[in-house]
Order: sequence, then C-alpha cells, then structure tokens
Amino acid sequence: MGKTYDKMETASLDEIQAYQLDGLQKTVKHIYEHVPFYRSKLDDLGILPEDIHSLDDIQKLPFTYKQDLRDTYPFGMFAVPKKQVARIHASSGTTGKPVVSGYTQNDLDMWGRCCARAITAAGGSAADSIHISYGYGLFTGGLGLHEGARILGATCIPVSSGNTQRQVRILQDFGSDILACTPSYAAYIGETVRELGIDPHTLPLRAGIFGAEPWTEEMRHEIEELLDIKAYDIYGLTEVMGPGVSYECEEQHGMHVNEDYFFVEVIDPATGRQLPEGEQGELVFTSLRKEAFPIIRYRTRDLCRLSRRPCSCGRNFIRMEKPQGRTDDMLIIRGVNVFPSEVESVLMQFDNIAPVYQIIVDRVGALDTLEILIEMKEGFAFDVVRAVEAQERKITAALQSTLQISPKVRLVSPKTIKRSEGKAVRVIDNRKLYK
Amino acid sequence: METNKFIRQLTVFVENQPGRLADIIGILSEGEIDIRALSVADTTDFGILRLIVNHPNQAERELSAAGYTVNQTEVLGIGIDDQPGGLHVALEALKEANISVEYMYAFVSRKVGTAFVIIRVADNAAARELLQSKGVRILNGEEL
Repeated sequence: MGKTYDKMETASLDEIQAYQLDGLQKTVKHIYEHVPFYRSKLDDLGILPEDIHSLDDIQKLPFTYKQDLRDTYPFGMFAVPKKQVARIHASSGTTGKPVVSGYTQNDLDMWGRCCARAITAAGGSAADSIHISYGYGLFTGGLGLHEGARILGATCIPVSSGNTQRQVRILQDFGSDILACTPSYAAYIGETVRELGIDPHTLPLRAGIFGAEPWTEEMRHEIEELLDIKAYDIYGLTEVMGPGVSYECEEQHGMHVNEDYFFVEVIDPATGRQLPEGEQGELVFTSLRKEAFPIIRYRTRDLCRLSRRPCSCGRNFIRMEKPQGRTDDMLIIRGVNVFPSEVESVLMQFDNIAPVYQIIVDRVGALDTLEILIEMKEGFAFDVVRAVEAQERKITAALQSTLQISPKVRLVSPKTIKRSEGKAVRVIDNRKLYK
Repeated sequence: METNKFIRQLTVFVENQPGRLADIIGILSEGEIDIRALSVADTTDFGILRLIVNHPNQAERELSAAGYTVNQTEVLGIGIDDQPGGLHVALEALKEANISVEYMYAFVSRKVGTAFVIIRVADNAAARELLQSKGVRILNGEEL
C-alpha cells in the first residue's frame, strides 16, 4: 500500500457518499440561486434544489454540454461575483469559442489538493522537486500541477513548455524528481536526453505525471524506457476543473476520481441513461464543491468504464479506465470508426520506428484516404529500398487488421514530423466536411 | 582482416520534394567534397541517394547539420577490366554461392580501361572472401 495525501482517499464508501450528497445539495442550491442558465433549465423541468434527496436524484438534473459553455462565453456560468474570482483559465478554443473557467481562492486550494493527491500517488512527497513542463498560462496544465506542488509543500520548478534542451539541463542541474507534462512532450524530452548523449539512469528523475491528451499503454512503456522512470496518468478537463479530476496510483489500473469533489457517472450517449458500473459509456461529471464555476452533469464525450473494485493502494475512490477515446476524436473513414489511440497502439509494437506519427485524412473524389506518416528510428538501415518497403508493408498489414481499413503508410526521416511541446497534433483532417 | 577493405557509402533518405537533390549536392559542393560515385533509387514516395565521397565523415556531418537523414553503410567495391564479360565472373560467383545482391552500381575509373562496381550484399566478409578466391580485385577506399 502506497502513501496517500489525505484520509479522504481511504474513507469508506458510506462516508464518501454522505459527503457527496451534501456537496450535491449545496451545489444545486448554489447554481439555482446564482446561475440564470441553470435556474431556467431547472425551472423548465420543475425541479427545486429541495428535490435532491439522494445521489440517485442527480438523474433528475439536466446535462451541460460544451455548447452551453460557449453560448454563455465568457462568464455566464460563473456563480460568484467577479471580485471573488481569483483566477481565470480557458481552453484553447481550437474547435470553437474557448471555454472559460473561473476559480475562487477556495477552488484553487481544492484543485491543489486534487493534484497533491496525484503527485503523492505517483510516489512524490514534500521532499521532492516537481518539474512542470506543461504550458503556463490560460491552459490549466501548468498552473494546475503548480497548485498541487504548492499545496503538497514540494519544491516547484515552473519550467513551462518549450526550449527542450534547457528542460534537459534543468533535469540534470536541478535534480528534478518528478516531471509533469503532456505524454508527447515527455517523449520529446526523452529523445532529447538521448540525443545529447545523456544516460537517463544518471538523472535523479524517477516518475512522471502525464496527461491532457490521449495516450496508450504502449506509449507509456516507450516513455518509461526513454527516461528510465515510472509514468503515471492524470485526467482532467478545463470544463470540470483541469488536471487532477482523476489520477493514477501505483497499481496503474485506472485512475481514481477525486470523488469528494466530483460526482462521476457513465451514461449511454444515445439515451442519456445512467449505466451500471463496468459498462462502457460517456463520462459525465458534476462538481460538488466548486464555488466560482460549478458544473452539473457535464458531458465529456470521453468513452470509458468505471470500477468500484477494491484497489491494492488502499484508496476507495472509484476508478475510471483510461478513456478509450473522445467521441470528438473519433474519425469516420469510409464509414469505419477509427480512434487515433488504436493507431498508436499498433505503431508502438514496432521497434525500429519512433513514437512520432501523424494521421492524415483526406478525400479524393468520393473516397476517404487515410495516410499515416511514421518516423524511422535513427540507425534504420534504409539504404536498401526493399527494407523500407517491407517495413511499410508490415505496418500496413498490422494496422489493417486492427482498423479494418487499409491505410497508406509512409516512413519518413527521423525528426521531420514537428514535435509538440504541449498537446501533439496527431490528426490532420483535410476533408473539410463541415464547411 | 582490415575493415578498410570495405568502402564506406553514404546513404541519404530523400523525401520526394522538388529541389532536394540539388540542395544535397550543393551542400557537398560547398564543403569541397568530391563525389566519386552516385546512384539514386526512387519509389513514388521517397528516394535513396547513395554516394561514395572522398571524406565520408565530413559529408555526413554537413548533411546531418542541414537536417538530412544520413547513414553510413559498408559496401563492397570491385575493380574489373572494362571489357565485355568482366562483371559476369563476379556475379556468377555470387549467384553460385547463393549470395543475393541488394543493389549495385558501376562507374568508370580515372584509370583508363578499368571499371569499378559497388555491390551491396548482406554479408560483406563472405562475399569478399569468395570473390577474392575467384581472382576478382577488391578495392579499398583510397583507390576510388
């Protein structure tokens, strides 16, 4: 059994649920009184805050969709006067208007506790240096983990993202114990360590906390090998809070949801009905203690399962598996559903290609095309054309048997696909179906 | 056995984009590197440029610095009389020994009457021994 940050993590289910019900009742009252958007929705449904008697009653409440958050841009969902808002974050807004999230000082402390639990679960303590290479700014990654390191009392190294050689120098010179960034950036830092001729065994770094983009088990092994560390997953989203909504323990079998702060459901995305534990559906979160930007039944579009099975780490918080893919990320190519995570799983099984790839979807005439660019590893014996083509054919065959459609695989030179210092751009869809 | 009996070939991976070859040759020219032999293999998506130059290490450094993917491969060079049938002896010997040729390219030497052939096989040492036993002249890097 590993260390936990606080007693709440190991509280009994009864205790957790009693605390959750209290939080739910207060949150519903809070939004009813302070957020006109929710008040009119509840009025339409004829529900009053007093109607919430049990956690099951959450099913009476309406869902919140990303579009609702865009429609109320920027501050329409805030439940406290602006002067009580201590900080504002926002999503990048690449797919539309950004989602704006506000935090009171209490909210920031709560967020910090969530992330402190995540750092502790990754084996960190107040004695460690936490090297944060998530971007600092409106993006929740950098400052979220920063709050965690602060609340934990650890030494925080706020490097932010970018300048990868300097990241490596700091890992060496400052002796960072735990690295926090996106998994794709961790792989890039690992590559750079190798390129600079540094043996990762000589670095004090022993663990990493990686999230903010989907990644596979295979990518985890790749990063663990590159940096000689243990890699932990962390989950979160700006709409709900930021990183730390759930986090992995040493068991690495699903992420524990911070249930004292968030109520999690899995629903059937078609009917909206709650699904029993263990069934796959869409993740839905309700905040239970947030003041500035409370959220009710937010539809994440992430597909996953929940499990209440006891965990060897001693935490009683429910576990969610690594989301299989965001429904938004799913590509429909020639009528077949393709998750980029499936592509990554297949690619990582090959040794002589790098963990860097790009998926390019296009439409020629009426036919969708799927092209996958993959970097060769340094030292690949490409002087024989047949060797390159044989490798491409092997990868194509493996992808075809998993995806059920045949991609065009192209090996490219090492270091030619642009590295990301934050969230990697893995998919380029040139079909422009919605324009 | 001294390994300088093999010839160091530079291989450059070239994605098919206009101007790439000119760019590579330009880099070598600026570094005053002499190209002794050259061959290009191309597919629809990429090309592989194979080069024998007088200073392979320097050439590799300069091409890598310019962002190209470069490997060094050891290949076998043989010298044959520039007359019909000269190459046949060597290839026949390899065929009989079941050694397959991945690729080869030939060029005429500065010495009148001699042709050089670069051969890539899986096992250089075995091929060299075999060819030597058949009386084929094996080249070292300096001769090129």
